[in-house]
Amino acid sequence: MSELAGAVELALAAALRAGAAAADAVAVEADSLETRVRGDEIDFVKQARERKLGVRALVHGARGTRSAITSTSDLGESAVRAIAAEAVALARATAEDPAAGLPDDGFADASDLPALELGDPADRNVSAEALIDAARRAERAARAVDPRIENSEGSSAASSFAQIAYASSAGFSGGYAAASHSLFAEPIARANGHMQRDYWMSAARSLTALESPESVGRRAAERALRRLGARSVPTCEVPVIFDPLTAASLWGQLASLVSGYAVYRGTTYLAGKLGEQVASEAVTLTDDACRQAGLGSRPFDGEGLPSRRTAVIERGRLAAYLLDTYSARKVGGRSTGSATRSASSPPGVGATNLGLAPGGASLEDIIADTPRGLLVTELIGMGFNPTTGDYSRGAAGLWIENGEIAHPVEEITIAGNFADMLRGIDAVGSDMLWLSRIGSPSVRVARMTVAGSK
Amino acid sequence: MTLPTPRAFFQDQFGLDDRSLSAALDTALERRIDYADLFFEYSTQDSVLLEEGIVKTGDRHLEQGVGVRALIGERQGYAHSDDVSVEALQLAARTARAISAEAGAGSRAVVSAAAASRDLYPVAQPPTDATVARKIELVEEIDRYARSRDPRIVEVMASCITQHRQVLVLGSDGTFAEDARPLVRLNVQVIAKSGDRREVGYQGLGGRSGFDALLDAARWQELVDEAVRTALLNLAAEPCPAGSMTVVLGPGWPGVLLHEAVGHGLEGDFNRKKTSAFAGRIGERVAAPGVTVVDDGTLPGRRGSLNVDDEGTRTQRTVLIEDGILRGYLQDRLNARLMGMTPTGNGRRESYAHLPMPRMTNTFMLAGADDPADIVRSVDRGIYAVNFGGGQVDITSGKFVFSASEAYRIEGGRVGAPLKGATLIGNGPDVLTRVSRIGNDLALDRGVGTCGKDGQSVPVGVGMPTIRIDDLTVGGTQG
Repeated sequence: MSELAGAVELALAAALRAGAAAADAVAVEADSLETRVRGDEIDFVKQARERKLGVRALVHGARGTRSAITSTSDLGESAVRAIAAEAVALARATAEDPAAGLPDDGFADASDLPALELGDPADRNVSAEALIDAARRAERAARAVDPRIENSEGSSAASSFAQIAYASSAGFSGGYAAASHSLFAEPIARANGHMQRDYWMSAARSLTALESPESVGRRAAERALRRLGARSVPTCEVPVIFDPLTAASLWGQLASLVSGYAVYRGTTYLAGKLGEQVASEAVTLTDDACRQAGLGSRPFDGEGLPSRRTAVIERGRLAAYLLDTYSARKVGGRSTGSATRSASSPPGVGATNLGLAPGGASLEDIIADTPRGLLVTELIGMGFNPTTGDYSRGAAGLWIENGEIAHPVEEITIAGNFADMLRGIDAVGSDMLWLSRIGSPSVRVARMTVAGSK
Repeated sequence: MTLPTPRAFFQDQFGLDDRSLSAALDTALERRIDYADLFFEYSTQDSVLLEEGIVKTGDRHLEQGVGVRALIGERQGYAHSDDVSVEALQLAARTARAISAEAGAGSRAVVSAAAASRDLYPVAQPPTDATVARKIELVEEIDRYARSRDPRIVEVMASCITQHRQVLVLGSDGTFAEDARPLVRLNVQVIAKSGDRREVGYQGLGGRSGFDALLDAARWQELVDEAVRTALLNLAAEPCPAGSMTVVLGPGWPGVLLHEAVGHGLEGDFNRKKTSAFAGRIGERVAAPGVTVVDDGTLPGRRGSLNVDDEGTRTQRTVLIEDGILRGYLQDRLNARLMGMTPTGNGRRESYAHLPMPRMTNTFMLAGADDPADIVRSVDRGIYAVNFGGGQVDITSGKFVFSASEAYRIEGGRVGAPLKGATLIGNGPDVLTRVSRIGNDLALDRGVGTCGKDGQSVPVGVGMPTIRIDDLTVGGTQG
């Protein structure tokens, strides 16, 4: 048994001995290395090993179950015993909740977990020098694109290797290893006394799957350069195209709208809309925890339930909410294996690899098919109300006239209601991109309000 | 009762005496470096969350660790570990110093006596030591009160979060600082329902104090009343207009404008690297006459306050903009040294697992002379925004946003119908030049601000009097 699995078993046993009727525990150990280079100079090199253990204690009563979570970064035996006992004491102070508790059944088979390519053992020996070299190559490539790229916030490279162990008194005990690597460049273009930044990045489960540093640097520079000379536009209503990066933010918001917790709390406008047409027929959205080498993949969820693929929206119809055991009991369904869990937080709901099915048109085709409109390449701010769907965010991008890019734009907002935006999606691109747990091609929303200058 | 100092605590808990501390710094100094420091942290956080009328769960977390940093020129080497022991400290020191390839002069670090310090947030008992039963009782009381306010309130969520962080900072130049930082927070969210329409109202309050400060019934009742009022108001809100218009911002939390529009752009790192739209502009006009903006980490009990920053520098009041003229930047040690300036006590980090950077503390605009009611009356057509959600800024282009959560139409100098939330967008280096009126009603926020930068979150405060801004882009839906 690994040291980590040993700590988890110890925590479980200690919680049960302290009086818990049921318990679960999770331990995470991560080694990480990160560096940033700016110009020719190293900005920082950061190295760490972190460990954390979390225990959930459940105490049964006549009207339900009481629960509490404790965690520590000290995995010594006495510290683990102490937090397990503390979880039980804390649980006794909370109220009985009929929906609380571990899953009843349906656990993953810990001896036969799916192989998801969550890391390459060959990467384990990556050195700080190798990461510095990758960051330096991205930085140089960005600055070589154009003399107007004369500064940057730096280019960074990072690798982390995690071990996760989880066990519950319901009989599940499992573990896995997962790595992640990333490259990031953020150059600054300057002309006529004005500066524009932008970024590009790559993230993957293995070093060989990363985009080359030269490509990351070059694309980042091209994105910054095309923003030079940006200006506002007069307030208007036009079609708005989201590039794959900004489109992914829409699906991130959708994930929060279909979370079982938002549904039973009534804080999502999609509550009670299961089976209804909530988006245009061009929208098919799937959450797939088993995606090979996916950045959100894992062999079992935060409660030990098997990973699976869940159709969330099928040709515009709301097909499923994302549920863990608790929220499933609250809304009257079954868990979709969507439980998240960390050492310091109770189970919650999260998307794993949430992707919009690509369409047939290239982004160029969609632009050519837009007489006048906006291509959004960056969104800032958090102007989204999930209860009503009201949406209003700061944006920057490229203005389209007569089906062609006319000039860059900034200091504008785009606004609408999320329900109308989803139903108004009239084009989905073929340019699928995964830079995080959310993947998307470009999409076009038929009409939104762009607020800008007078 | 006298609480043990963080220094005594770390010595007692982990056996770290002065000799092992200076030995770790000496290990870092075996290479040629400009400066090395150690940052120790031991923190406890707990929370209780009430929803559907009951506290379903509680949690409590312990976090401990040490970070060792070595600096040479612009470079920083950093290693951190959650193992706080003499051995782990030596290993981290060797890892951090690898940033420099050259042998050092063999200088020796001296651990000095702690400088006499003030305490901006004295507590008789850390808030995490108050029993969970008392915290549960408080949120249950809040739940009952909220539900009694209006039959349209159909759901209440209330949480109480308390934290106690002990930190110890030692530098190779003899810097020695310790700080015990309490932090408390109360959040109330209510859902109002009328017909098919549902709206959420949210309010929070907090600061650096003991738990008992949250028990002030007048204070939390006012908080709940505000959450209820906002939710009910939003049930009747109309779509917000879109476009450039005159905006009046209310006092207090709308000061998030300053945090986004100028605060981040005046952080030393962005100006040293010349990536900020404010770089090289000290002495220039960046705001209208009468506009004075300060960052002040020394306000007693405030959420953004610190006795010392996370590099051991005493916090201070720093004038950023004085009567419209740009005066200063917010500095940590590294950026101050490279720019030939003085650290301002703004070197902050989320935890031992992060490198310090220049960050804001409590950032606010000083009061002017105008009567707030006169300011509203001076506007023929515009919007009056009194509460906000978060904001964000692109410090290079200078463009910033902040999202109104409570706003009204102004027509003919009168406050009219409530409007749905909308994002406001502007350009940091010139938005304050269009401030045409400044109220006499400076207020600080209730103590709920959290600032994110480069993946690190730290608690901050903001504040502002009522102000009028001519021509700000409002991101509504009605053209």
